[in-house]
Amino acid sequence: MAESTYDVVIVGAGPGGYVTAIRAAQLGFKTAVVEANHLGGICLNWGCIPTKALLRTSEVYRTIQHAEEYGLKVEKASFDIEKVVKRSRAVAGQLTKGVGHLMKKNKIDVIDGWGKLAGGKEGARKVAVEKDGKPVADLTAKHVVLATGARARQLPGLEVDGKLVWSYREAMVPDMMPKSMIVVGSGAIGIEFASFYRTMGAEVTVVEVMDRILPVEDAEISKMAQKSFEKQGMKILTKATVKSLKKGSNEVTAVIEKDGKTQEITADRLVSAVGIVGNVEGIGLEEAGVTVEKTHVTVDEYSRTGVPGVYAIGDLTGPPWLAHKAEHEGVVCIEKIAGVDGVHPLDVSRIPGCTYCHPQVASIGLTEAQAKDQGHKVKVGRFSFIGNGKAIALGEPEGLVKTVFDEKTGELLGAHMIGAEVTELIQGYSIAKTLETTEEELMHTVFPHPTLSEMMHEAVLDAYGRVIHM
Amino acid sequence: MPTKVLMPALSPTMTEGTLAKWCVKEGDEVSSGDVLAEIETDKATMEFEAVDEGVIAKILIPEGTEGVAVNEPIAILAEEGEDPAEAAKSAGGESGGKKADEPEPQPEKAAQPSADEAAPAAAKQSAGPSEGPKPSPSGGPPAPSTPAGEGTAAPAAPKTGSGERVFASPLARRIAAAEGMDLTQVKGSGPHGRIVKADVEKTAAEGGAKAAAPTSQPTAATAQASAPSAAAPSPAPASAQDPIFQMLPPFEEVPNSGMRKTIAKRLTESARDTPHFNIQADVEIDQLMAMRKQLNEREGADYKISVNDFIIKATALALKRVPDCNVAYTEKATLKFSRVDMAMAVAIDGGLITPIIKDCASKGLATISRESKELAAKAREGKLKPEEYQGGTFSISNLGMFGVKSFSSIINPPQGGILSVGAGEQRPVVKNGALEIATVMTLSLAVDHRCIDGATGAQFMKELKALIEDPIALML
Repeated sequence: MAESTYDVVIVGAGPGGYVTAIRAAQLGFKTAVVEANHLGGICLNWGCIPTKALLRTSEVYRTIQHAEEYGLKVEKASFDIEKVVKRSRAVAGQLTKGVGHLMKKNKIDVIDGWGKLAGGKEGARKVAVEKDGKPVADLTAKHVVLATGARARQLPGLEVDGKLVWSYREAMVPDMMPKSMIVVGSGAIGIEFASFYRTMGAEVTVVEVMDRILPVEDAEISKMAQKSFEKQGMKILTKATVKSLKKGSNEVTAVIEKDGKTQEITADRLVSAVGIVGNVEGIGLEEAGVTVEKTHVTVDEYSRTGVPGVYAIGDLTGPPWLAHKAEHEGVVCIEKIAGVDGVHPLDVSRIPGCTYCHPQVASIGLTEAQAKDQGHKVKVGRFSFIGNGKAIALGEPEGLVKTVFDEKTGELLGAHMIGAEVTELIQGYSIAKTLETTEEELMHTVFPHPTLSEMMHEAVLDAYGRVIHM
Repeated sequence: MPTKVLMPALSPTMTEGTLAKWCVKEGDEVSSGDVLAEIETDKATMEFEAVDEGVIAKILIPEGTEGVAVNEPIAILAEEGEDPAEAAKSAGGESGGKKADEPEPQPEKAAQPSADEAAPAAAKQSAGPSEGPKPSPSGGPPAPSTPAGEGTAAPAAPKTGSGERVFASPLARRIAAAEGMDLTQVKGSGPHGRIVKADVEKTAAEGGAKAAAPTSQPTAATAQASAPSAAAPSPAPASAQDPIFQMLPPFEEVPNSGMRKTIAKRLTESARDTPHFNIQADVEIDQLMAMRKQLNEREGADYKISVNDFIIKATALALKRVPDCNVAYTEKATLKFSRVDMAMAVAIDGGLITPIIKDCASKGLATISRESKELAAKAREGKLKPEEYQGGTFSISNLGMFGVKSFSSIINPPQGGILSVGAGEQRPVVKNGALEIATVMTLSLAVDHRCIDGATGAQFMKELKALIEDPIALML
């Protein structure tokens, strides 16, 4: 059995884990990463990336269906679900291989197996690695970073069976194209699958317990998204809960309660997307004395667990549960360990969030309501896609860019967007927030014409009564 | 349309300069490339050439004016076919405030580029600090507020007393302005020490760093203290009007040139803020002298290598061997330079300047000799370009030609060290118990103890001594 000593051992090679490993190696640490399944974790293999591949398929399919609007003639477009899934898997496979190369390039040892905290003391923490029930390695490290991620939450009565009731995992590799589908939960994951399956032709019903879909987004954006989805033929039930399921041989009926009334909806498949729980089990947390609260590890602003030499990052810790949050958190954590000058904790208000449904949704910072709740007097700017030349030329005239400024200081408190390509645009506001620009610098920034990004400028101008094209 | 000719920035760090001399007068036709004026920066006098062609309609800043801020209009250029008088008038409105005070320009002055010539005029103007056309950097038009009138425009980047830019985020600047906070007193925690919102909020919560006075109506006293680019170093030197001078013999008042002010400011800062310590060593240079003779007498030698050239080369190589002495101290890090750029102190009329031999360690003696001669000549003519005297990782000052035995110098910040070279002279030395005569020179090293410790400095001196006493090693 291999016994090795490292400066840093990272448990979990998802986006948080492998990025932390690379940064650790860059900083001169002897680094190993322990992974039980696939390099790249859920993100690369079962999350962000393969869903983007699926959603690209649905996007192209939608565009083809609208070909005539662009002056094109297309005869009866159709698809082969098997090939759609195959492409998505190929994309994931390519990237996983890429991570392997990155590990090699950075001289990071990849240890195949299940890693677990196994005692030791400050300065010499132990990680035991098992594979198929057999111990394969005993690692000693000055610092152990836990990055084991999270998995889909299971609601009682709504347990995933892999056949009729799917999680994101089954929904990503469908063996058949369901004619109808119920999606429970309207966060990013639920809405992306709802959007994909609806575009591919399924009758989709979304059930959301809150009073609006995409509940973390600005209320105005949620409302626009709902309108747009309903226009596409999606059924949306808010303030609704699934009480029970009745399973048939190849269909499932959900008993749904809404406004005190129950109704039954039958569909081929049901996708449960009701949040995530941290992967806190079987990694030796309790024995090590690491605090776990509501399935997530409690850490300080530098990802320290309170047990010296043991850190936790990413989905294993608190929200937002996003790959880019995990990556950044990992980098901050390891730089703090290395004593890099000027390391700052990650500021949650500067983490953008993206949902790749159609129309896309992207946002950063405070919603208008949150800003007001926090006591800010706000200035709000809005600009609609209908006023943007590029949006019209693209044939994407639906959408909105909204900015929220603090009236007193001119700080950009938040930005919220819905419409074509907004997931690619939001980074502009991320930079603005990180550099702490005020409305003045944003107004002085030259945005290229004709681009969708001009709307970001206009939305700032609008907040100060200076909008040009509205 | 008439064009405003703006005060040029002749180096990246220049914020103001002296308009030493006009080379054109009103009514002159100029074309692109003509020398319009000579501008004296803190270290050199440079020619300022026209970019456009036209007729000089109006000279706005008379020659001899000190402290002209970069981008301040200094003249009006009328385009071809334009009436210069009209052009002057149309542009006059903007500079009207200054007009009344403006002395007549003196276009017929003889072509003498030296700033000293212009200085007496400047001295008269500056007798009363608030008179004369001296523009202040903050004298520009106020930043436009947003049309809706909400919010306050972020003030321009503030500067420290030594004129360095204070890095702060726009949001931090705006909050600081609203709080009346002096950003130079706030410690930045952002990237590279940038002041961010959190720092300003923290400082505000602690109730600190109030600006000396509101920006609108500073009193004379506080204006002096808080002026962003106050020329005076912080412990204000005595003024000529000080009663103490009344008890002294009659004196001539020689106004401080830009160079004099720079020397005063930088060396005061260095002497005050840099913990200096000195290490001395005697080196025997008989072998070096012999080698120098041999080299210079070689057939076809188109060079004449001086002892100083040897010292420069040896110092550069010693710094290569002890790179921990080729450093600069900064708040967050000690910078270790990849190359030795040697600054050599050259005495010139009215002060001194330190032209730089770049990448000195990799240059041969002949090259060093040629460059040092060229640079020294240019320095004496006041023709050094900024890039020829700015930078430098280490300095050498040689006063040997005056016969001094040894002296110690003040470090030229941000450099970490300076070597002072005394005269080579025959001295009795004891070797193997017997008295002998050798040509000996005393070298004195001053280093910044914040980044160079005693043993490191001594190590450098040991290497330097070895190189000078066995000069063949310089050829390796």
